[in-house]
Amino acid sequence: MIDTDVLVIGAGPVGLFCVHQLGIIGLKCEVVDNLDKKGGQCIELYPDKPIYDIPAVPECTGEELTKNLIEQIKPFKTEFHLNDRVEEVKKNNNKWLIKTIKGKEFNASSIIVAGGVGSFEPRKFSVKECEKFEGKEIFYSVKDKTIFKDKTVSIFGGGDSALDWAIELSSNSEVKLIHRRDEFRGAQSSVNKVKELEKQGKVEILTQYQLSSVEGENKIKSIGIKHDDGNIKKIETNYVLGFFGLIMKLGPIVNWRLNLDKKHIPVNTENFETNQKGIFAIGDICTYPGKVKLILSGFHEGALAARGCFKYAKPNEKLRFEFSTTSKSIHKRLGVKE
Amino acid sequence: MAKITYIEHSGKSHTIQVQNGLTVMEGAVQNNIPGIDADCGGSMACATCHVYVKEEWFNKLPKKEDGEEDMLDMAHEPNKFSRLSCQLTVSDDLEGLVVNLPAKQA
Repeated sequence: MIDTDVLVIGAGPVGLFCVHQLGIIGLKCEVVDNLDKKGGQCIELYPDKPIYDIPAVPECTGEELTKNLIEQIKPFKTEFHLNDRVEEVKKNNNKWLIKTIKGKEFNASSIIVAGGVGSFEPRKFSVKECEKFEGKEIFYSVKDKTIFKDKTVSIFGGGDSALDWAIELSSNSEVKLIHRRDEFRGAQSSVNKVKELEKQGKVEILTQYQLSSVEGENKIKSIGIKHDDGNIKKIETNYVLGFFGLIMKLGPIVNWRLNLDKKHIPVNTENFETNQKGIFAIGDICTYPGKVKLILSGFHEGALAARGCFKYAKPNEKLRFEFSTTSKSIHKRLGVKE
Repeated sequence: MAKITYIEHSGKSHTIQVQNGLTVMEGAVQNNIPGIDADCGGSMACATCHVYVKEEWFNKLPKKEDGEEDMLDMAHEPNKFSRLSCQLTVSDDLEGLVVNLPAKQA
């Protein structure tokens, strides 16, 4: 059991800056995120795309923004629990008891949900029969590549993951690369490599095809793929891999007795608290009249939510407003030498 | 203003007036039309505002920009009439546009 003042859910830009605001006012926090790295959508969806509307930063990429936010919170030595997801949230006397899927437990006086539009999960095939083979012969990520040795593997997708695995597995498996259009969006060097492997007969490329059926009792026997012109082709295959990127799902948040408005959590604009006392929501996941989904709005929301957490963490103390330019206690927390 | 018809996968149809300058996605979201999620808010980063444009309309629309086709790779059951509705800006020219919504967005 980890005791802390605040549990922050989500390590995207808004969650990261909120860690800073909590640190500045002297509150301890821990952060949980489903992804394997910090940065949220900035890192997962647009690491290389420029952002132009961060105050005082004329232009930066999602990756640069994340790097700077991480740098800014270094003094607080915050513990991040990545690759994990909060599953259960329960009231426990005056505190919140939080459990993750990996079995970690936290005891916190407040929770700040900075979960974007939920956690990232792989996009799946739309063919219904796929479910019963998932994790056995149908995968959306590769954990153990040795199982594919000397087998037929049908890889779906047109991005880097699909291309990289087609290249990687082609040395020991019979690989079919299937994509819905002729153009691949992955790195040009990988596209060239795959085309080269096709010439050598090591990869079969099938474009303008999408998965239409899966046949087999306990194991996959074959799959059907449908061409844009309507023709269906049967392929005998042992394994199927799908790489269609990630999708955001609200996930277990729906079970925490928070009011929900579509996929968003309504909050007040005084301190971004939800209908549950001690649970706050900031960033893309929260909604209120006039809400704008900008990173800069999320920074403001985090600053106020952090202060909203103070009374729960230190009920007998009064929070004094201080500027970081002049406050000795803030300098101490930041490790600034006087 | 343009009159735009959104047809849910179930066949239920919604026809609304959408202001010029908004996107077809925003028209749906602001009018609570189910079936368009638009998780990323219109930045072409999620493919959850995917629509099928009626064939007679498809060629009249401005062409896809770089990136839209890439995102459509990730959409649920894309076909050759697929578009991301966040990339379709409403103008008088879109009067009468009909879009079909996929069975689901994710």
